Formats: sequence, C-alpha cells, structure tokens
Amino acid sequence: MKSNDVILQTATKFVLFIILAFSVYMFFNGHHEPGGGFIGGLMTASALVLLLLAYDIEMVRNILPVDFKLVTAAGLLTAVGTGLGSFLFGVPFLSQTFDYFTFPVLGELELATALLFDVGVYLVVIGVTLTIIQTIGEDQ
Amino acid sequence: MTDLLLQISAVILAVSIFIAVYRVAKGPSMPDRVIALDNIGINLISLVAVVSLILETTAFLEVMLLLGILAFIGTVAFSKFIEKGVVIERKRD
Repeated sequence: MKSNDVILQTATKFVLFIILAFSVYMFFNGHHEPGGGFIGGLMTASALVLLLLAYDIEMVRNILPVDFKLVTAAGLLTAVGTGLGSFLFGVPFLSQTFDYFTFPVLGELELATALLFDVGVYLVVIGVTLTIIQTIGEDQ
Repeated sequence: MTDLLLQISAVILAVSIFIAVYRVAKGPSMPDRVIALDNIGINLISLVAVVSLILETTAFLEVMLLLGILAFIGTVAFSKFIEKGVVIERKRD
C-alpha cells in the first residue's frame, strides 16, 4: 500500500535531535539530580525507535550500521574496566573517586569516575533495548 | 490561597483524566481510545506540574518532558499500527 508520511517524517527530523539532546542532558545530570545512565539510554533508544517508526529498518541500518549486540558487550566491558581500573591504584574493586579540574572554556568541573561506569550502563541499555526492538520488528 | 487554587486545579485535572478513562473504556472505535490515551498523557503532564508546585520541588521537571516524549512516541506507534497493521516496517517501497 502506497502511503505518504511526509508530516511524520518531517516532524521526526526535528524532534529526533530534541530527544537526543534531552537524553544527553539526562545522562550528564545524573550525578546531582534525577537522571543517569539508565534513563539517558532509554531516551536515546526511544529517539531511535521514533526513527524506526517514521522510516524502516533497512534505512536505520544504513544510517546507523551498528550491531547493537556489540554495543551491549562494549558497555559491559566499560563497566568492568572501571572496576578493574581501581586495582591500578591499590584500592578495592569498583572504588570511585572524584576531583575538580579547570578547563579553558568551561571553567571548573567536577569529574567523577562514576561517570565512566554510567557510560557502561548507558551503552548496555541502548544495546539491549534496540536488540529487542529490532529482533521483534523483523517479522520472519 | 495559592495552595487552595493548586488543589482545586489538581482535582479538576483528575476529573478530566477520569472522563478520558471513561472514553478509553467506552470508545466505540480504536482511534477514540488512542486519542483518549494521548489526552490522559497530556493531562498527566499538567498534573505532575501542579503536584510539583504543591510539593515545592523542581525534581519532577524532567518527568514532564519525559511524559511528553513518551506520549508522542506511543501515539505515533498506535496510529501506525491502526493505519498499516505493522509498527516497524522492514523495507518501505
């Protein structure tokens, strides 16, 4: 059936970047306010779901040629890697620390190693969600 | 005074959600139910805003944006299922 989804596709082109920006905001917001890796990953995945709804699986595979099972594996490796990194400093597994650094444009920032663990959570959530949705979406 | 106004508006929003729930249960056709669910989502955003004013906190501001995005995506998915029978197409021709 020939159909015309020009309104949905044009709206998606704008809304997609708003949702992605919101997910990145939620991801970096997680240390002091509500947010974090889990909800950030879910919002990124829902932005890609909106892309899947407005277009089709083949097109999303073309513009994002990523195997999401590998994204899940990379996220788990990142999370374990931050745990193993604490052994370099002679402290117990998954010890976290933070410090204040001054950057040229941004000024003083608080950088915590918990952010690296959150990157792992973020990647795992995106990978698992999109693997489930793409596997269900293929109808044979 | 402001507290009373906020409580009255919360009650009005709850009543409007209840009316939309009636439309979801009764609605003769499928699009009626989808529109009523979208209506519930939008009213829920307003209710979260009023509740966050009553509790005097800004911790729920992300919840409002999140509900707006999720209501939009859910409505789009339901509409696509009603119109085409599939939610995610394999190859669009």
